Amino acid sequence: MDSAARAADPAHLDTSTGLDSRKMAFWTFIGSECLLFGSLIATYMAYKGASVTGPCPHTTLLWNGQQCPGILDIPLTSISTFDLLMSSLMMVLGLAAVQRGNQKRAAIWLGMTAFLGAIFLGFQSYEFTTFWHEGLTLQTNLFGTTFYTLTGFHGAHVFVGVIYMTVLAVLAWRGKLGPEKSLNVEIGGLYWHFVDVIWVVIFPLVYLIP
Amino acid sequence: MSSKTHEIAHDVAEHPVHGTAIYWWIGLYLTLVTGGEIACFYFEHVIGPWVTPLILALSAVKFALVVMFYMHLKYDSRVFSGIFIFGAALGTLAITGVTILYHVLDVLR
Repeated sequence: MDSAARAADPAHLDTSTGLDSRKMAFWTFIGSECLLFGSLIATYMAYKGASVTGPCPHTTLLWNGQQCPGILDIPLTSISTFDLLMSSLMMVLGLAAVQRGNQKRAAIWLGMTAFLGAIFLGFQSYEFTTFWHEGLTLQTNLFGTTFYTLTGFHGAHVFVGVIYMTVLAVLAWRGKLGPEKSLNVEIGGLYWHFVDVIWVVIFPLVYLIP
Repeated sequence: MSSKTHEIAHDVAEHPVHGTAIYWWIGLYLTLVTGGEIACFYFEHVIGPWVTPLILALSAVKFALVVMFYMHLKYDSRVFSGIFIFGAALGTLAITGVTILYHVLDVLR
């Protein structure tokens, strides 16, 4: 069995499923979160291109023939996307360090995860502020309403994740996250990777596909 | 065995020490695929009508890589995979249904 396979090898437990109940509960939570973000993305898609006034995501023509200026900053968002993907790498390295019993190293990886998550939030704050100054508010048009709702919900999840990762990093630094506590970190990791996976869906649908 | 001891025994048995090289490789693949997505956006005039399916396919690859390797679903219990796939499939169905309803059927009408 290779390393990653061993990392998730389910041991038998005395539960009705033979699986850990906390992990089962968290996967159920993630399944329900899929529906939440599925509905938010569906709403964005329903109203995509339906705004009657600008600004628009990409430069396009409105229904009345007027040009609608594009507002999305693809290079900036590409960097923040890379940042979030790398935070997932830091997270999984943090889990591996906890499983090894190397708590100081785990604290560094988990701290890096939180730091990269905070940078992502910084990028999002900058983006929102810029859009606001360019005239895109929650009430401006359908694009503004659906965009801020969708990306704002995702940003709120990242914010919770940053706090979660910071707490785990502090616990690891204080030597309170031994290998026997690795499931706690794994569940935190599931949350963080889920937030990353949602951005993997949002980034092309909102930013890249015209 | 007390419940606390049982829990510790389970966690150690479930998560033994393992290498991290595969995670770095997945990180590299994710970076390359993201680069591919961004390249598709900037070379839309070259790729033409295939740009949207191409970007969606690359996005699906990234999604699968993170879920399978970083979330360990490739190696974990199929019950967890089932729970996640059920939620993800319903979410995808909602997005696809609404997109077809508002953008494909609306254009055909």
